[in-house]
Order: sequence, then C-alpha cells, then structure tokens
Amino acid sequence: MDGGAADEFRVRFDGVHLRRGKRQVFDGLSCGFVRGQITVVLGGSGAGKTTMLRLIGGLSRPESGSVYVAEEDVTRLSERELFRTRSRIGMLFQGGALLDSMTIFENVALPLREHTRLSEQEIAAEVNRRLAAVALPDTGNLYPRELSGGMSRRAALARTIVTDPEIVLCDEPFSGLDPINVRRIEALLVDLNRRLGLTMIIASHHLASALRMADRIVFLVGGRAIAGTPEDLLRSSDQRVLEFLRADSDGPAETAPAAAAAVHA
Amino acid sequence: MTVSPISTLGLRTLELVGHLGRVAMFLGHVGRVALKRPFRLRRLVNEVFDIGVLSLAIVCLSGATVGAVLGLQGYTTLSRFGAAGSLGAVVGLSLVRELGPVLSALLVTGRAGSAMAAEIASMVTTGQIDGLRMMSIDPVDFVIAPKALAMLLVLPMLSALFVTFGFFGGYVVGVELLGLDGGTYLSSLEGSIDFRDDVAQSIVKSVVFAALVGIIATYRGFHAEPTSAGVSAATTSTVVIASLAVLLFDYVITALWSV
Repeated sequence: MDGGAADEFRVRFDGVHLRRGKRQVFDGLSCGFVRGQITVVLGGSGAGKTTMLRLIGGLSRPESGSVYVAEEDVTRLSERELFRTRSRIGMLFQGGALLDSMTIFENVALPLREHTRLSEQEIAAEVNRRLAAVALPDTGNLYPRELSGGMSRRAALARTIVTDPEIVLCDEPFSGLDPINVRRIEALLVDLNRRLGLTMIIASHHLASALRMADRIVFLVGGRAIAGTPEDLLRSSDQRVLEFLRADSDGPAETAPAAAAAVHA
Repeated sequence: MTVSPISTLGLRTLELVGHLGRVAMFLGHVGRVALKRPFRLRRLVNEVFDIGVLSLAIVCLSGATVGAVLGLQGYTTLSRFGAAGSLGAVVGLSLVRELGPVLSALLVTGRAGSAMAAEIASMVTTGQIDGLRMMSIDPVDFVIAPKALAMLLVLPMLSALFVTFGFFGGYVVGVELLGLDGGTYLSSLEGSIDFRDDVAQSIVKSVVFAALVGIIATYRGFHAEPTSAGVSAATTSTVVIASLAVLLFDYVITALWSV
C-alpha cells in the first residue's frame, strides 16, 4: 500500500515504541511522509496523532525506535542540535501557542528577529505580507486574546510559515472552527503546499477535510499505522478503518470522539 | 512486598538528590544564557517593572509598619531598664541584619515569585514554551533568564527600601509618638550599625535570597505539569519552598557570619 520509495520520505518513523503511563501509545510504529505532499494523520482520540507530531519536532522522545527528519534521527539529538533541525520545521499547535504577552505583529516577527539579520523595515514588510496572506491585515497591533479562534489559528499559521520551513506540522488545525473557517484554513494549507512544495503533516480527526486535501493518509490504530491514498482508505477492508469511516458517516457519533479529542489534546 | 521505613527514607533521599541535581543544571543553564548574547534588555526591563515597581507599595508599607512595631515594642521593653535611648540601635540592627532582607524576600516571594511561577506554568500549559522550542528559541534564554535576573537585581533594592522605611516607622513611633529625642534615636541608630558586620551581611543575605526565590520560582513554573492543577501546584510550591529556603539560608548565613 505504501507508494513512495523510502528515499522520498522526508519524515520517517521506524519501529517507534512509546508508552504514556500504563497506555501503550505506539507499538512498533513505522511509516513515512513523502516530500512535497500533504499527509493527513487520522485516528480516534488518544491514537497518538499529537504525540506523532511532537516526536517529529523532538518535543517528546520514544522509548525505542527512530524518527528521521531529513535523514537525521531526531531521537538521538541533544536539545541544542534539535534547534538546527527545527529550523526546517514549522509547527502549528492546536491552541496556536501564540505568546500572549506579545501582539500579533510581534509574534509573527519573532522568528525573523531571532534567526535573521533583516532590518526592522524588512521584517515589518514581511510580517504584513504574511498577515495579508492569511487574510488578517490590520490585526498586527492586537493581542492574541483579542482574536477569535479562527483568527488566532490563522495568525499562528502566519508565524509558522514566516521563516519558510520545508516541513509544516499542523495539530488539529480545524478543531473548534465553524465550517467556513475550516474551508478557509484548508484552502490556505493546500495553497501553501501547491505553491511552495512544502511537506505537510496534518493531524486531524476531521475526515471530510482529510479526504478533500490529503495526498496520502496515515491512519493510526492500535499503536501502528495504516498508510495509503484517500482512495485506498475508502476501499480498505480493515475492520477498524471501516468502523472509523462508518462512525463518521453516522453524523452525531462523530462528534463524541471529536469532542473528546478536543478535550484531551 | 513490604517497604520498610528505611528504604522509603532512602528513596526520598535519592529523589531529593536528583531534584537538587536538576535544579543545579537548570541554574547553570540560566547563568549561561544570561551571560551570552543576545542580552534581552527590553524583556529584563519589563520584568524589573513587574517585580520591582509593582512591589513597591507592599514593601514600603510593610517596612514602615514593621519599623513602627519595633519602635513600640522596643520602647516599652527598653524603658523598663532605663535604656530607651538605645531604641535606634534596636530598631536599626534588627531591621538591617534580619527583618529587612528576610521579610522583603518573603513578601516578594508571595507577591512576585508566585506570579512568576504561575505565568511560566501557564505558558507551559498553553504550549507557548513548546512553541518557542519549535521556533528554535531557547525558552530558558527567552522567558526564564530575564525573570530570574530581574529578581536578582530588584530584591536587594527592595530590601534596602524596606529597611529605610523601617527606620522611618521606628522614628515616627519612638520620637513623634512616645517623645524620645530625635537626635538620640538617630545617633544611637547610626552608632550601632557597622558596615562589615551589619550592612554587608544584609546585602549578602538579600542577594542570596533573590537568587533562591528567582531560581525556585522559575524552576517550579518551568517544570509544572501541563494542567490547571499543575499551575496551582507550581504556584503553591514556589511560595512554600522559597519561604522555607529563605528562612533556612538566613540561619546559615547568620551562623557563618559570626564565625
């Protein structure tokens, strides 16, 4: 079912085991994420979607196994070495993780101020361009608490991509948003991917948007991954995949795991 | 399997040693980034404002009150021996050596240390700290060091203010209220305080207390569980541990000074 050759994988999990308390989250997880594609990580709440992104960013470490980002095993890197690897990665956190003591402008400008030698003028121009790109012009002087959920998600997206990372990780970018905002974020992400060829890994329980935007889907179940195209997933005969798909089409049943995921994430 | 009290004691001791080791490493990390470029001057100034300027009222008011109480208590006791003229010495020495550094450290722990721990812990809870990490920005450099450094700068100054307002409180009660001669009060105060024995000790104490409070508050906040209970636990334990540490080190420094 796995399409791309191993060397095409920009991010790769190899035999990852991870335990959280008494619960085995990953039990020999192996899968890959192809360069330049959008991969959506699906799975019920507690399946380890967020944990997967945190492992890629080096924010969590597995008990055993390896996580390769651009052919480098991030599980073996020190915090200082990780800073180099993370310059390739942009991560959109579920809550946005904007610094609430700073304005939106300062938040988006922060990575540029820290890691580039751009002048204040150049930074201002770049930040305003990014804020316009996420349809948030004239919000620079506001604080994160003054924005709605959808707006702060988009501001966080602007900060995530302001340094042009080649890999973008998104943790539940659609949770808690109304359908219009879901479509808007979806369009922004797809546009970024098509225009800049970013490798995107999106953790979500939102099946409909996953089917719309994903080039590939990684379905997490029982601590392992089932990977393939969206069509592969729909044709799958795996009982656990079918159960997930069926629960989603039932409608109300989907809201229960969705709500639970929002609470647990 | 039964666990004997002795093995529990051993376990607790090992945990404590491990904890102290992590605090020491954290302290080293904070010291390293504080001395390295970029010096985050603007963030430092903001923190100095938060800890220092916003603590002014409570520190000055407490200083004056404590001085006034010392004046009252001292006067009643001293006049029994006909030694009311030494009131300045009693007020001065107790404030400079003990009450100034200790009480201002305890007040700042409650006022600013707890706020510091809570702010950092809620940054952990809301993912802001991880967000910084993912932007390749060291949160210890960006968030922790300015706070710890500001505490180190501000607490000794607040302690000096506390002492000054204490002198004033003692003066108001002893001289204005109880009728002691103003010149007697002041000359007894001035004559009894020695720079090396008293003032230097006071400064050393408040610097040590500042380092303790700063590092305990930031460490507890930074290592908080990412839950709302974690935030409150970090705040509470900061106040408890920092207060105890201040009192313990106060004894140690006093004892060492008189050797």
